Amino acid sequence: MLKEAIILAIRAIRRNVLRSALTILGIVIGVAAVINMVTVGSGATTQVTNEISELGGNMLVIRPGQRRHGPGGARGVEDRFSIADAQSIITNVAGLTAVAPVSQTGRQAIYGGANWSTTIIGSTNGYLTVRNWYLAAGRVFTSGEEKAGADVCILGNTLQRELFDEQSAIGRNIRLGKLSFRVVGVLAPKGQSSFGTDQDDLVIIPLRTLQRRMAGNTDVQTILVAVNPAIETSQAQRDITALMRERRGLRTDDANDFHVRDLTEISDTLSGTTAILTALLSAVAGVSLLVGGIGIMNIMMVSVTERTREIGTRLAIGALERDVLLQFLVEATVLTSLGGVLGIAVGLSTAVLFCDLIGVPFMFRADIVGASLLVSSGVGIVFGFFPAKKAASLDPIEALRYE
Amino acid sequence: MSTPFISLAGISKIYGEGAAAVRALDDVSLNVQQGEFVAMMGSSGSGKSTCLNILGCIDVPTTGSYLFEDVRIESLTRNQRAIVRRHFIGFIFQGFNLLNRTSAIENVELPLIYQQVPSKKRRLLAQQALASVGLEKWANHRPSELSGGQQQRVAVARAIVGKPRVLLADEPTGNLDSARSMEIMEMLTGFNREEGITIIMVTHEQEMAHYAQRRIVFQDGCVISDSADQAS
Ligand SMILES: Nc1ncnc2c1ncn2[C@@H]1O[C@H](COP(=O)(O)OP(=O)(O)O)[C@@H](O)[C@H]1O
Ligand SMILES: [Mg+2]
Repeated sequence: MLKEAIILAIRAIRRNVLRSALTILGIVIGVAAVINMVTVGSGATTQVTNEISELGGNMLVIRPGQRRHGPGGARGVEDRFSIADAQSIITNVAGLTAVAPVSQTGRQAIYGGANWSTTIIGSTNGYLTVRNWYLAAGRVFTSGEEKAGADVCILGNTLQRELFDEQSAIGRNIRLGKLSFRVVGVLAPKGQSSFGTDQDDLVIIPLRTLQRRMAGNTDVQTILVAVNPAIETSQAQRDITALMRERRGLRTDDANDFHVRDLTEISDTLSGTTAILTALLSAVAGVSLLVGGIGIMNIMMVSVTERTREIGTRLAIGALERDVLLQFLVEATVLTSLGGVLGIAVGLSTAVLFCDLIGVPFMFRADIVGASLLVSSGVGIVFGFFPAKKAASLDPIEALRYE
Repeated sequence: MSTPFISLAGISKIYGEGAAAVRALDDVSLNVQQGEFVAMMGSSGSGKSTCLNILGCIDVPTTGSYLFEDVRIESLTRNQRAIVRRHFIGFIFQGFNLLNRTSAIENVELPLIYQQVPSKKRRLLAQQALASVGLEKWANHRPSELSGGQQQRVAVARAIVGKPRVLLADEPTGNLDSARSMEIMEMLTGFNREEGITIIMVTHEQEMAHYAQRRIVFQDGCVISDSADQAS
């Protein structure tokens, strides 16, 4: 009986291709939009997550923040870190593979006739370890250079390209603003981040050099820490927090005036954003499916009216109410499922194009595809029920007399 | 005589209510024996179709009792009456009522689908039924590709394919010319004689009524005459 009903339904749909197509358009568009956005969205999330772990999946970022003094009183200026803070973390916190105090500024980099505006990172060799970064040429800083604040630098790959083109930069002197620096190393390229910034557009110099000759202070803006992958980052986070509270003389009931951020927190924030987006999308999908469903209901009502005589004939030759009910219910469901399948096809193929266009990986989301199929056939059952019920409860006499 | 096959007793049917009420049947009683070929005659609006629809279990009387074999039809539910139609009754309509975009053989198969006959057997029985009305070559044609006479023959095949006990026909030749009408009547007579199917047919044409062995005449919802041929 079900098989016959499905064959019948397919026939009824083929009988009126244009009308069927217009009827399911709403469902096609709704499903396609959801499939497309979820697929592209998970591609983007994956990309960002990958980049974060490339950035250092086990990295902690320690930054000063503002502290409120007692009830009401807010303090505008933040307490900066110092090199001594970084040193203290190295000696007191277990399970760290590298610690890098960082300060940064911006300067014009000049070599010969070429100049390039870039970011200057003042740090130690630890920066390369924390950021998982390798040299393409040359060497890292010597400990003498770090301690003395020597005028040496390591170039990001963009600087190598913009200032030196194919030439070797090692051993050359460049100017950063008014100061002259000798290039000792060149970094391997990292490429663009998912936020569209060029990660290779930087010059690294010893922190002391930056403090003394550019910033004119002894501040450390950020301390980056790489945690041994065998250790829980949360443990290191707690240890560092306790240490910094002590060093900054906070009392038990004082709030932290600094943050120790785990990069996984950033990806959590990101997936939080994704969750909100998904919820919004589901709402949009819900509305479009509702509209699509009402369209189905409308067209099924028309179909029932058009086929009143057919229904009368069927009832007269022995169809039960439920046979007629099944027939129209199946027709509505086949129609909406078809809409779902088309929507999935459209959604996936546009997602492939989109992913290619914005350069994120294409992630096939079987769960969303499955859910779309279920929901679209569900819409058929729900919105097909009323017309089907109407068809089934027709009086055969009236139906046979219907012109 | 044994209990009759079909027995209507004191059947009345009133359509509508109050001032608009129409008494389509007024205290009709009649018996039909198994294997009879009955013609119901009378002028338009005399209640023939109403009576046939009640006999066919697609309509219910307002009062009175209807015994089909030993089943009391007026006590059945809507679905139970559908089951009776499905297994015991074949319908032929004046307007053929074939499904338009469905081939002849699929039209004939329709009652068997509802009888839940498996598809292979269904096809075979439908082919036999089509052959019995001389349309085996037209099995895959759609109704729109057939003449009126052929369409009514498909409808006859559809009515008999489920081996009903009684065949009900409401002006089966009303839309056909006299040659086509004769063909249909010959066929019905054949099914009645050879397979013993009871036939009750509404017609207002004397020529068609003469194929039947018994003629019941309606007027204003009442039976005014009921005459059987002498055994010939
Ligand atoms: N469904 C209905 N609603 C209201 N009146 C009806 C209905 N069916 C039949 N009638 C009326 O009942 C009377 C008998 O109709 P019918 O049995 O169709 O007559 P016949 O078939 O002999 O021409 C007519 O007056 C007709 O108008
Ligand atoms: Mg009539």
